[in-house]
Amino acid sequence: MGHLFYSFFKTLVGQPVTVELKNDLAITGVLVSVDQFLNIKLDNIKVVDEERYPHMLAVKNCFIRGSVVRYVQLPAPSVDTALLQDAARRERQQPATGARK
Amino acid sequence: MSDQLRSLVDHPVFVYLTDGRTLVGQLMGYDQAANVILGKTHERIFSSTEAMKTVPIGVYVIRGETIALIGELDEELDEQADYDNMMVEPLDPVAL
Repeated sequence: MGHLFYSFFKTLVGQPVTVELKNDLAITGVLVSVDQFLNIKLDNIKVVDEERYPHMLAVKNCFIRGSVVRYVQLPAPSVDTALLQDAARRERQQPATGARK
Repeated sequence: MSDQLRSLVDHPVFVYLTDGRTLVGQLMGYDQAANVILGKTHERIFSSTEAMKTVPIGVYVIRGETIALIGELDEELDEQADYDNMMVEPLDPVAL
């Protein structure tokens, strides 16, 4: 998919998101930045179910490695699904990185 | 990606590894793969039956693949945290 989702996440910088890791830990925060590996930086984080996870009380912003992310929950009003579908369709027809169809 | 970790260099950080371990230390350097050099490293060992233990382990080079999360450690909040009475299970490992 080339840089489609990287570009998509860039449009969400400044929005509150919730990142769920592959081990079920979920962290809510403001999206500060994203990179080509979909590594994510969040500010003002709050661990979901923080009573169970006091380990990170002293952490207010963090870098999350893309490889450990299962989901990124987004505010629905921030996502233009029609635009996204369109972009995905175009990527399929003309892959940006010369990948096989 | 280089920019994402750049702001954390020379800061105290909290590193959460994919095997569930939690380290704190000073971020000394990193690269594109998120390999990291951590100075003054302490491992924080949590247990549901005992207070948190801290083990100093010196300077570490950590392979990016094994890093789940790097957080900026707020030293004021860290001081306020009651680790002596914190009895919780360690964080879960991340199944990749």
